[in-house]
Amino acid sequence: MSGGTGYLHPGLPKPVPAADGLDAPFWEGIAEGKLKLQRCRACGRWQWGPEWICHNCHSDDLVFEEVPPVGRIYSFERVWHPVHPALKNQGPYIVVLVEFPEHDQARMVGNLLGDPHQDVVIGDEVHAVFEHHQDEDPAFTLVQWQVA
Amino acid sequence: MERSLRGTVAIAGVGETAYYKRGQAPDAEFKLALMAVLAACEDAGISPKQVDGFASFSNDRSDPSRLAAALGIHDLRFANMQWGGGGGGGSGALANAAAAVATGMAECVVVFRALAQGQFGRFGQGPVRNVISGDGAHTVPYGLMSPAQSFAMKVKRFMHEHGVEQSALRALSLASYHHAQNNPRAVMYGRPLTEEKYDDSRWIVEPFHLFDCCLENDGAAAMIVVPAERAKDYAHKPTYLLGAVSGSHYRAGASVHNAPDYATSTFKTCAPRLYDMAQVGPGDVDVLQCYENFTGGVLMSIVEHGFCEPDECNEFLVKENLVAPDGRLPTNTSGGNLAECYMHGLGLNIEAVRQIRGESSNQVEDVDISMVVSGPMVTPVSSCIFGTEATL
Repeated sequence: MSGGTGYLHPGLPKPVPAADGLDAPFWEGIAEGKLKLQRCRACGRWQWGPEWICHNCHSDDLVFEEVPPVGRIYSFERVWHPVHPALKNQGPYIVVLVEFPEHDQARMVGNLLGDPHQDVVIGDEVHAVFEHHQDEDPAFTLVQWQVA
Repeated sequence: MERSLRGTVAIAGVGETAYYKRGQAPDAEFKLALMAVLAACEDAGISPKQVDGFASFSNDRSDPSRLAAALGIHDLRFANMQWGGGGGGGSGALANAAAAVATGMAECVVVFRALAQGQFGRFGQGPVRNVISGDGAHTVPYGLMSPAQSFAMKVKRFMHEHGVEQSALRALSLASYHHAQNNPRAVMYGRPLTEEKYDDSRWIVEPFHLFDCCLENDGAAAMIVVPAERAKDYAHKPTYLLGAVSGSHYRAGASVHNAPDYATSTFKTCAPRLYDMAQVGPGDVDVLQCYENFTGGVLMSIVEHGFCEPDECNEFLVKENLVAPDGRLPTNTSGGNLAECYMHGLGLNIEAVRQIRGESSNQVEDVDISMVVSGPMVTPVSSCIFGTEATL
């Protein structure tokens, strides 16, 4: 997708990397269509969201490593009541919490593409769809999900 | 020496302003705080100048030094803020006040919360701005930004794992609205709720209907913590603190919904500590006030405090079990956050004291043990247990 069209109507706050740089490699990765999660080089543990040290061994030798853009629906919600002016005429939409079972159960939030009224099944496999918003200022990319 | 808050402090007085719909308080937030403190002092029968400490939560804006100046307090000894948002700190602030009094740091500490959303903006709205960074960058652009949206996926997962039906959430809402009909202070006094009205109400975010969500209100509430040995010097039947805890489980605060144990009210580690301190069990609890930000949080709190098993929710959470005076577990007997007022839950602590005193508008008979659960699903959370003199 391009030109500012996405799953949700435009006008929500646009994501930018944290000022301290903590999650910058993640945003750089998805701009190139690569999904990266944080991994500890000392003990091998994956973690998300990003942090300055490993929660398992406390090493600060962390990298953002690419993972296959495939996960499972851990939970979801169908939102009906808009709490932002940009969503006033959106109608219902689906937020999914996607788990990566092969990567220490790290989880990400995204939207489930397709019919907003669809039946959503916890445990279903989903594939990432990189939703690029090149014409926005600042440009950004979202990671959306589609049932496999 | 055993280190415990059990029986060390008492609640000498409680006070509230009138409760208003969001944005409709005629007074400024700081004045509301002062009025609640004055009301609590009057209830206790003490001069406000005797107060020597303040404890609050959720980044309350009413600064303790300004309160002390406004009240003419001579010797401010304790000024404390429990970290964390929402109502998770309600009983935590009380625990902190109790710790100060129990250890001699202070003699008369006010626990309070004041809110005027007309003056300071609403909770239930998303941020309107061009960019967002940090944790919010990973949720807000996907339309996940309000408290209801932040908790719905925990509840959905819990309901999925344990086969919980919508009727369990509905029963919790019906109980709160039922109790509010006997409570003239309640914002929803005179506005009863039926099963049909609940079922027909719009979805906010599945699995929460409109009536699963708390109110947003203006007002203030305060309670006065004093040493237990002086509990009988005050105007009312003494209410003793048997236990108060706060905290959260392993990596509960992992960002972007990454808590390893996700579908929880955050009480799995706190509840056992609470019962240990209070030296009671769930079967001893006569009446429960359990913070309803959303009914799903009450559902998981009731399970995690041991009142029913996860797989028994559909049978246990029915209206007749939850209403005073005869239900198995009378819950939210003032109408709670759904139907009395959303004062970030401190109104629930006050209602728990009323049940010990025998002054509730939905009084349960022969209450000895009265429990409060504050702010489920956030981190840290907190809970506390009050008792009569007979329980010491």
